[in-house]
Amino acid sequence: MGSEIARKHPALPFLNEKIRIMSIFLALPVLGIALMIQTGIISWINLLSGGADLIMAILVTWSLQDRVKTSWYWAVTAGLMVGYVSGLPWYIPLAGYLLVVGAGRLMHRRVWQAPLLATFVVIFIGTFGMHLLTFGYLILTGSSFQFGDVISLIVLPSTLLNWLLVIPVYYLIKDLANWVYPLEVNI
Amino acid sequence: MKSTFPRSLQTAFIILVVVGFVMLALGGYFGSITNWFGQITVGSQTWISSRFLAISDFFTAPRDMASLRQRNIELEADVARLQTQIIDLQQQVTQTEILSALVDFARTNPENTYKAAAVIGRDPSPFLRYVIINVGSNEGIVRGMPVVTQQGLVGRVEAVVSEAARVQLITDQISAVNIRLKNSKTEAILNGSITGDLSLGMISHDVKVEPNDVILTSGLGGDYPPNILIGQVVSVSNREYELFQTASVQPIVDFSRVEFVLIIINFQPVDITPLLPTPNP
Repeated sequence: MGSEIARKHPALPFLNEKIRIMSIFLALPVLGIALMIQTGIISWINLLSGGADLIMAILVTWSLQDRVKTSWYWAVTAGLMVGYVSGLPWYIPLAGYLLVVGAGRLMHRRVWQAPLLATFVVIFIGTFGMHLLTFGYLILTGSSFQFGDVISLIVLPSTLLNWLLVIPVYYLIKDLANWVYPLEVNI
Repeated sequence: MKSTFPRSLQTAFIILVVVGFVMLALGGYFGSITNWFGQITVGSQTWISSRFLAISDFFTAPRDMASLRQRNIELEADVARLQTQIIDLQQQVTQTEILSALVDFARTNPENTYKAAAVIGRDPSPFLRYVIINVGSNEGIVRGMPVVTQQGLVGRVEAVVSEAARVQLITDQISAVNIRLKNSKTEAILNGSITGDLSLGMISHDVKVEPNDVILTSGLGGDYPPNILIGQVVSVSNREYELFQTASVQPIVDFSRVEFVLIIINFQPVDITPLLPTPNP
């Protein structure tokens, strides 16, 4: 059947490849603008000492879209961008965002019928994972603070803010995914 | 019937009478009469004009309604545009006031050379207290330069690229600043924390530290110039079983609202790393 379609429409594989490349390069403007919004606006909005992470929200929702196959590229791009801007070493955000996308892809296979619920679960896992990585790095480099303080003052408030942020982001990214990957047409 | 006066004499008489009236008028002898006449004529004219306009409006108003609506829309658009301009101008006034205060601060501290910068962002990680400023190595900024506002110490430049720099605030949890207490003439270390609160450490038990003591940079260690205001002591914790006293500090700078900063560009931080003892193998 597939070979028959390919024989009738020889341009189809090239079209899919074009969409895939566009989807990879789309990460640069989308995540670049998101990083500017993150550093310029969202980082100033705090709950206790926690803050929302727009980049993480975008990566989570992108990785949970049905037809998206480029979320790993987006994770690497986001990790390097944030690593360049942040005071953390580049490999911490990179590892954190790869973890987030990994959790997203895994969750997409398991709970694919409830995408918003999966989004909340992955945001929860991602926030904890990212903050535990940061916490571990800071402890190893000589900082001293209480794990309980980190959970109550940073991780839990950040999770709540990320849950609030991810709802509008989910619908925006869903529209973006539908634009990049148009619905398949019966040929 | 022929007139008894010749024609030229009549003309001369008329001219004489007219000139006489004019002279009397110029001399002010007709003031009350002209006022009275003027009031009557102007009042009458006003009455007639207002009635004419009222009648005219009555007949032309329905025809002008569309143009009035159009005009109203245009004026509302103008009002919206002007309100936007007012907001912009108010923002510019606020920025000008801040910059003016920074300029005043720079003038009153002529021993330093400053470079002004705007704060354009904050570190994405909630664990770190860094801000991003819009000047970098192209403007002569290098790593380690102290950053202040007109109120007091903000932090120091931690990383630089060509057009921007990252500033570590003194509230960052790995920040440590050598300070001196102005009243008790003692030195201590100011530490940041994960919550952004500031605390003093390394204060000996025999030193009397009191709330409201003013905190200044000491200049020890070569990281910051001396005598930059930081804040004041809020409370002191003096427990006998601890090696040192500790104190919580209220910074003078509101770090949540820092918009513009000054970088002290003529201060070269001292690298004391070669002086630190290395463990023998």
